Amino acid sequence: MLRFFLSTIYILSFALLGLAQHDHNHDHGHDHGDHSHAEEGGHGHGAVICGEQAHHEFNAGDNAIHHIADANVYSIGPLQIPLPVILYAPDRGWDFFMASKFHADLIGHGDGHVAYNGYVLDGGSVKRVTGAGFPDGEVNISGIIHKKVEVDGKDKEVAFVCYKEQLYPTDSKSTADGGLFGGGITSFYDFSITKNVTSMAIVLLFLSWLFLSVAKACKRNEGKAPTGLQNFMEPFVSFIQDEVAVPFIGDKAPKFLPFLLAIFFFILGLNLFGQIPFFGGSNVTGNLGVTMVLAIIAFIITNINGNADYWKHLFFAPGTPWFVKLILVPVELLGLFVKPITLMLRLFANITAGHMVILIFVSFIFIFGRSGESVPGAIGGAVGSGLLTLFMMAIELVVAFVQAFVFTILTASYIGAATEEHDHHGEHAH
Amino acid sequence: MLFLADFSVIKPDFGLLFWTSIFFLLFWLLIGKFAFKPIAEALRKRSGDIQDALDSAKKAKEELQDLNSKNEELIKEAQEQRALIMKEAKVAKETIINDAKAKAKEEANRIVNSAKQEIDAQKKAALMEVKNEVGQMALTIAEKVIRKELQGNSDQESFVNKLVGEIKLN
Repeated sequence: MLRFFLSTIYILSFALLGLAQHDHNHDHGHDHGDHSHAEEGGHGHGAVICGEQAHHEFNAGDNAIHHIADANVYSIGPLQIPLPVILYAPDRGWDFFMASKFHADLIGHGDGHVAYNGYVLDGGSVKRVTGAGFPDGEVNISGIIHKKVEVDGKDKEVAFVCYKEQLYPTDSKSTADGGLFGGGITSFYDFSITKNVTSMAIVLLFLSWLFLSVAKACKRNEGKAPTGLQNFMEPFVSFIQDEVAVPFIGDKAPKFLPFLLAIFFFILGLNLFGQIPFFGGSNVTGNLGVTMVLAIIAFIITNINGNADYWKHLFFAPGTPWFVKLILVPVELLGLFVKPITLMLRLFANITAGHMVILIFVSFIFIFGRSGESVPGAIGGAVGSGLLTLFMMAIELVVAFVQAFVFTILTASYIGAATEEHDHHGEHAH
Repeated sequence: MLFLADFSVIKPDFGLLFWTSIFFLLFWLLIGKFAFKPIAEALRKRSGDIQDALDSAKKAKEELQDLNSKNEELIKEAQEQRALIMKEAKVAKETIINDAKAKAKEEANRIVNSAKQEIDAQKKAALMEVKNEVGQMALTIAEKVIRKELQGNSDQESFVNKLVGEIKLN
């Protein structure tokens, strides 16, 4: 029921975003530039004015997308804290520096006023200027504008840097989606300690402290009743052990329990951390990259532990007639890869949807208030969106636990299926 | 792909893939080894201990129950025995008393009888003695009378009369 509700909201929010995107031609940044004309660098689309496009028009979808994205700054409330930037471009090598080099406003939206070694900060994330003739080192830029251009027959939004009344196109960082979702290999790679990486470090350090102290307490209190923190955390561990590991994996459960616990607490910790308002609100488990890593590791763990029976069933489907095999084996092989893909997408979609729904609810304040023009509208929006957000956050708390649990239990069931000892009775029965 | 243009969360970037792999693997290997494993082992050990304790408590309870029922049996048996002994003792007492009474009666009768016999014997002896005495006396008197006879008639006569009178008095 909950899943149905969430997926409905997810689809609706995507539809809303799609609609929002239609009349989308606005500037992420604000009016930082001078109002002079600038020739577009190299692409020859005619003259544009850096500053004129920078009128502010509120768009809930873009706002939500901006806030769930990873960034090279860590935002606490309106504060933008610079993070270390580690960049690699095949044609210029490695660059290590702090994001403060971009001279973004400490309170703002993470748009840099300075380009450094050909890199700029646009809406909190690093982009690389690709136009010819852009100077190295620290360069003052007069603004960044976003335009739609056609690349390989597809509409694509590109950020342009205004520098000396010229527009220079930029590249976003390389992504591993193979162009499927509009990304792909570009002119540079971003290995920075981003907002998501920082959140991950914070959460993992906290979890490490938590479980090391519980383990210490276990040792100290051996033969005694558990107390305090140990008493609070042990039920989670024994829940995963008794309800997830043992029922699915059986005798081999102790071998896989640390992995399942790591998966569960990694996801749960980051899910919950992302729900803390104003404290970054990082969307780590709602990032496809993170869930992809988890799914790939789960896939590897499952298959390297697969026994002979598992592979035999996968490739030969023993005990079935040949015409069933023709259908069954491809389906089984497809299933091998569909399993981790669904793991990856389920967690990503649930967490991202939750974050986006909350952000869109909060955006009601600006929509009803018409970005500050209508104060009564804003008040009405605040009351309405406050209630809706409260409701949604309560659901998101449940989702945080449910999704961590679902990921773990499915991983356990895949491992269990791969390591199960068959008694071969079933085969002869067919 | 309208809105996906800058929907960057769906585009896994290499930096995040790299750092997530490093962080997750470190977390799994280090915390798995130094925290999850000991915690899970402690939990398993504790649940085993609790099961053992429950089992032994159950066993102790059963033993105690056994002991109790045995004790009760013993007490019951003892009570029965006591009752039996008491009954026997009562019977024995009565027999003893009755025996004693009978014996006493018999003894008394015997004593009375023997006393009677003694008395009879004594009486007979006494009578015999009296008879002997009387005979002696008669002889003595007869002797004296004979001697007096020999001295004068009148005197003898009066003497015999006197003697006879004396015998009558006896």
